[in-house]
Amino acid sequence: MNKSFVVAAFAALAAFPLVAGSYGLDLVTKIMIYAVLALSLELLVGSTGLVCFGQAAFFGIGAYATVLLMGLDWGDSMLWVLPAAVLMAAVYALAVGALSLRTKGVYFIMVTLAFAQMAYYVVHDTPLGGGTDGIYLYSKPALGSWLDLDKPLVLYLFTWACLLGVYVFLAVLLQSRFGRALAGIRVNEQRMRATGFSTYPYKLAAFTISGAMAGLSGFLFAVKDGFVNPELMSWHLSGAVLIMIILGGLGHLRGALIGAFAFALLQELFKSEAIFGNFAKHWHLGLGLSIIASVAWLPHGLVGIPEKITQRLRGVPRQDQEAHHG
Amino acid sequence: MADVLLRGLGITRRWGGLVAVDNVSLSLARGAVHAVIGTNGAGKSTLINILSGEIEPSSGEIELMGQQVTRWTQPRRARAGLGRSYQRNTIYPSFSVLENCRLAAQSRHQLAWRWWENAQQCSLSLDAAQDAMTRAGLHSVAQRAAGLLSHGQKRQLEIAMCLATRPEVLLLDEPLAGMGAEETDRMLALLDELRADHAILLVEHDMDAVFRIADRITVMVNGAVIASDEPQAIRNNPAVQAAYLGEHA
Amino acid sequence: MDLSTFLIQCLNSLQYGLLLFLVASGLTLIFGIMGVINLAHGSFYMIGAYMAFALAPIVSGTFGGGFFSALVVGVVLAVLLGYVLEWAFFSFLYEREHLQQVLMTYGLILVFEECRSLLLGDDVHGVEVPPLLAGTLPLGDTMTYPVYRLFISGVCLLLALAMYWVFTRTRLGMMIRAGSTNREMVQSLGIDIKFLYRVVFAAGVAIAVLAGMVAAPVSSVYPGMGNSVLIICFVVVVIGGIGSIRGALLAALLIGAVDTFGKVLLPQAAGVLVYVLMALILLWKPDGLFKAG
Repeated sequence: MNKSFVVAAFAALAAFPLVAGSYGLDLVTKIMIYAVLALSLELLVGSTGLVCFGQAAFFGIGAYATVLLMGLDWGDSMLWVLPAAVLMAAVYALAVGALSLRTKGVYFIMVTLAFAQMAYYVVHDTPLGGGTDGIYLYSKPALGSWLDLDKPLVLYLFTWACLLGVYVFLAVLLQSRFGRALAGIRVNEQRMRATGFSTYPYKLAAFTISGAMAGLSGFLFAVKDGFVNPELMSWHLSGAVLIMIILGGLGHLRGALIGAFAFALLQELFKSEAIFGNFAKHWHLGLGLSIIASVAWLPHGLVGIPEKITQRLRGVPRQDQEAHHG
Repeated sequence: MADVLLRGLGITRRWGGLVAVDNVSLSLARGAVHAVIGTNGAGKSTLINILSGEIEPSSGEIELMGQQVTRWTQPRRARAGLGRSYQRNTIYPSFSVLENCRLAAQSRHQLAWRWWENAQQCSLSLDAAQDAMTRAGLHSVAQRAAGLLSHGQKRQLEIAMCLATRPEVLLLDEPLAGMGAEETDRMLALLDELRADHAILLVEHDMDAVFRIADRITVMVNGAVIASDEPQAIRNNPAVQAAYLGEHA
Repeated sequence: MDLSTFLIQCLNSLQYGLLLFLVASGLTLIFGIMGVINLAHGSFYMIGAYMAFALAPIVSGTFGGGFFSALVVGVVLAVLLGYVLEWAFFSFLYEREHLQQVLMTYGLILVFEECRSLLLGDDVHGVEVPPLLAGTLPLGDTMTYPVYRLFISGVCLLLALAMYWVFTRTRLGMMIRAGSTNREMVQSLGIDIKFLYRVVFAAGVAIAVLAGMVAAPVSSVYPGMGNSVLIICFVVVVIGGIGSIRGALLAALLIGAVDTFGKVLLPQAAGVLVYVLMALILLWKPDGLFKAG
């Protein structure tokens, strides 16, 4: 049933341009980009149990790398710009992971935050990143003449393809031996070590893959907006991505999808002057309250709702409901 | 006659001023069940943690099948054939019984780089898992979520996970904890079966069970060994009787 | 760098470090004793600064009081705020996982920011240094140092000593320390642990608010100030070791020095230096410099 939900979602997204106006197309492109970012964090938090509060750094590096590499005038082919941007994000993730994974628990959360802040200050305070003004992307990467990302529809479909690719990749990865080992590490890392798994390389690999995917998301963002600034690396974004996957539901890939959409739509709702009039500029208030409410009352996220309802209807005892997670 | 698989020499562990394990030496040979008993706080669990590699000893050496493993990490020792089970259940509650065992067995065929292959179809780990489950008597509940098992079954699963890695040496920390008479019998029968091919260290509080199954008993008090001998000799040892005065008949 | 400049930077780094310590101590206490990660702690600092700005006219209008009266009123309000906040919100966080605490307090930051925006607007404000402390002290031949900055250091030091005294010499301090390691035992001794937590939390809030009020004339009052101080405070707590006041003090002074001298010697790298320091220390000691207590 879950598979058909996901298939339907992707089909709907593919068909969306047929009915959407330019605003809708733009919005859903942005949401899909955030969905890729959310999936990257889901691999760390939901599947491996590593709460990273610095995902924005890898996202930002992917975006900045894209703009900077395009600015080098070495050709605008996506064939090399995309992999290069993703690689740079992955390298930073490898470095950060190598150091951070020596810590645990709260310390890990804070260290990942700190490394993201480091990246933030590098682009904020030094000329490398163009400072607070940011940098513009003057021409967009292309693949030959048929894949011109300057056209909104092409960009939409390309983003859709990336999202699909990332989703399928993760789905396969999580069912592989590597993925099952990550699941074991999430539940009881000590037990995995006692069984014979050296857990550090697994966690580092997951961290790097996650960083690479976040970098991909950054690439797409830079191409879409044509502009990057330090706020792409701010911890507000790191927090927002965490909220997306919690809101959607940890431990489920489709939770990342649902969460990204729900979060973006919530934002649009609270920003809407049509509904809130003058109060709309204080949209952080509505967002903050929603975050508190969703964590308080929906600890398993939106994903858990249909399951809870069907289980209640079928009369499945409480105890058994919990056993089918993870 | 038997080959010694695990040897601990002069193992000592201090926490600040407290000596948790005091110059303990023991050896485990294939074909024998070596039980370690002692009052609470005698250092038995610490000893197992040191042997398995979870804690470093303050001094002393550990040999596993002839190799010096004192500096080895726990995963490395486990891969070399040292299996352990825990006093508290460390099973994965949301995975099925089969998956619990399969994941444990996977440690011997990690093949992590083959990311496109579905783990559930890994015949190597599945075979080892089926084997272990059957030996532990859990075949009938293979698909049940581990969290839904009875306490006795969970303890059996704890052992099965250990067996799934096909170890040479078994370090078992209170496997009988919280078990009723029937379950205890079943577990002892299993240990009896395993005895022939493995070297087994058993930390236990259940004295009846210990005297039924052990080939050798080491008694620890306050971190030090006060006696190490055959069960009958231990029963008659005055120092042991003094230590247990009033606790066990 | 000549001697007087060096001395000035030393005093500045001391003042900054002590201020950080004050805010961070509340954070590490709340986490060490109640196990709650409170991302909104920086918001209390911001609230303090805005209170210094907003209360000044009110206090002088109603009973002609000046800066110090505003401080007193602010602290009283802060204690009330902390008390109510613990009762209405934070008491529900104790049982929750860290991730949930992080997110709920993150939501709280947003709520605080917008409430402040609604009540007091988004402008940057200055707060006047009280005339009593507006002078300067001579330093060497040509330099002078503002008295008010010494006042800030003095207040922080005084509060630090007061905290030390409460923790080590009073029954309340003993109960707090006991409550952090063994809740049930403290409860069975007839001590109301809920009340204890509320007191600790209110104290943490009040200290952060006071720090904000005292710092306002020097740092000015602007919307993002809570967030910037929060991140640095987390670095202080992580370096110092969660739950350790001693560690927080050492870490805060260290960061104060690195940041102050960094801004002078390597201005472009200044922002990054603190994080490099944290990375280095955590590589050496993954649990921070000191254990809790």
